[in-house]
Amino acid sequence: MTDNRTGTHGAVLQDDASTDGAPIVELRGAGKSYGNIRALHGVDLKVFPDQVTCVLGDNGAGKSTLIKIISGLHQHTEGDFLVDGAPVRFSTPREALDKGIATVYQDLATVPLMPVWRNFFLGSEMTKGPWPVRRLDIARMKETADRELRNMGIVLDDLDQPIGTLSGGQRQCVAIARAVYFGARVLILDEPTAALGVKQSGVVLKYIAAARERGLGVIFITHNPHHAYMVGDHFSVLRLGTLELSAERSDITLEELTNHMAGGAELAALKHELSQVRGVDTEELPGEEDLTAPVATGPEGKS
Amino acid sequence: MSQQAQPAVATPPAPGPKEKDGRTAQRPLALRILARPDVGVFLGAVAVYVFFLVAAPPVREAGSMANILYQSSTIGIMALPVALLMIGGEFDLSAGVAVITSALTAAMLSYQLTLNVWAGVIVALVVSLAIGFLNGWLVVRTGLPSFLITLGSFLILQGVNLAVTKLVTGNVATDDISNMDGFDQAKAVFASSFDIGGVQVKITIFWWLFFAAIATWVLLRTRYGNWTFAVGGNKDSARAVGVPVNFTKISLFMLVGFGAWFVGMHQLFSFNTVQSGEGVGQELIYISAAVIGGCLLTGGAGSAIGPVFGAFMFGMVQQGIVYAGWNPDWFKAFLGVMLLGAVMINLWVQRTATRR
Repeated sequence: MTDNRTGTHGAVLQDDASTDGAPIVELRGAGKSYGNIRALHGVDLKVFPDQVTCVLGDNGAGKSTLIKIISGLHQHTEGDFLVDGAPVRFSTPREALDKGIATVYQDLATVPLMPVWRNFFLGSEMTKGPWPVRRLDIARMKETADRELRNMGIVLDDLDQPIGTLSGGQRQCVAIARAVYFGARVLILDEPTAALGVKQSGVVLKYIAAARERGLGVIFITHNPHHAYMVGDHFSVLRLGTLELSAERSDITLEELTNHMAGGAELAALKHELSQVRGVDTEELPGEEDLTAPVATGPEGKS
Repeated sequence: MSQQAQPAVATPPAPGPKEKDGRTAQRPLALRILARPDVGVFLGAVAVYVFFLVAAPPVREAGSMANILYQSSTIGIMALPVALLMIGGEFDLSAGVAVITSALTAAMLSYQLTLNVWAGVIVALVVSLAIGFLNGWLVVRTGLPSFLITLGSFLILQGVNLAVTKLVTGNVATDDISNMDGFDQAKAVFASSFDIGGVQVKITIFWWLFFAAIATWVLLRTRYGNWTFAVGGNKDSARAVGVPVNFTKISLFMLVGFGAWFVGMHQLFSFNTVQSGEGVGQELIYISAAVIGGCLLTGGAGSAIGPVFGAFMFGMVQQGIVYAGWNPDWFKAFLGVMLLGAVMINLWVQRTATRR
């Protein structure tokens, strides 16, 4: 545990060395094997401040493994993982947090029976008083949590209610507000919209955009290309543990993204097969020639 | 065919204009208080007290009350760390025999090596903490249920207690240490009594309430308390937001070790010798006191005050049966009925209080 925590308050970017051009987090040919299973191989990923980097992929594509490496739950077994240009290897999530990398997990990383404000400050509680009687500064924590949540547009009557009583979207937003408040420079969102309704997904997408406005680099993991395209600046598609596509927003359309996401090349083959079956109109389906987006080949040309 | 989607959303959401969400109505104060588990057990304790007040006239004397409180305190001191551990999501089945292990260690060490009894007391503390550490370390390292791990250590300690005592003393009990150096000092700390208004009051009652006050404060007002709730409520979430889960769990097990040491020392200095076969079954008494006190079996919820009332109920029944002149063989049966009754009343009160 190091104690060079990157600020505990909202303003974090004043000492930020990574201005334009330099990524905060970078993966170079990173991979991970669990025993004889290669879950991830040769992945390149760059996360810049003020940008939303979307990582898409089907179930089992390696999305979770990727974020577990970045958030410090697992260690990579090949390639390089750099933060601010320096190679790192996290052994606990605490180390990643100290570097300003905060993760909002799919299962929300909240403790359902605990009050909202205790959840907001869990692991980074505010205290007052000298050691033997050092105690929680409850008044200040409640006030801060309320203010931060209101800044993100979440109004709660009672911060003492167990967080388990909030809706999935609200919990997700509390987790995002918490990460933003604790000085995250990189925010990793693990399928934040997967379990949510249409309207709630919209709320979460707004917070993603809000986090980007505050200068954070956001890694948005999803398997919904529509959600990704709403907020993304850069898109990486994973398939079977390797990077299938890495493209800027300007280089790709929603349709191409959807095709890649669905395993474009496979779809083309499927189209061919379906054309053998009477009654399926394959003319309307996209073919291989529609996949014009640059397929990831090496280091990206431009930022 | 390819159309560009609308640009990415760039405006941050406006801060909520509403002052209140408006969907949560404040429930009446009485219902909110009743919904707290420690209030339920408080009412249960009052009910048991009133019952014996009516059924057993001797209970009305101050001397019997001191006796009941003393009985409660020996359960209550152990029920506190057991409750904290339960809030932290783990069990310790070895808590009962660990008390005896601690007492045996102190007694045999000081007697056999003719040391000052304080040396034995210190070594016993180290041994107790080490047992707690080992339990906790095995649980966090293996990820096995603590039920299994501590069932193992329960059996081990039970066997070791008996075998080592027989090996060292040739008997199933330790030798009397009442005339050794430092005995009177240690007795003053662990097993003395005060005269308050003509009534002999045991010091353990004060230790019990003192520990309960500290435990409550730690649980509700410190980071460690926050972590205890978090590791019991959702271990993985707690780890992901940076809570030192392993440290918290291991230290909670060591806290049970500390409690076992304290109660063990009390037994040693009030009876001068220790029977090596005792303590079996006590762990379930501690756990029941914690559960009656409103601690969730699965962890993540509970209080330190609840187990105080839970232990009081047990002490009350144990002594009340004697004062009422009933056959004490019924004690365990009575306890079982109380445990079920208390848990069900607690559940009913909470449900009715939270429903409307």
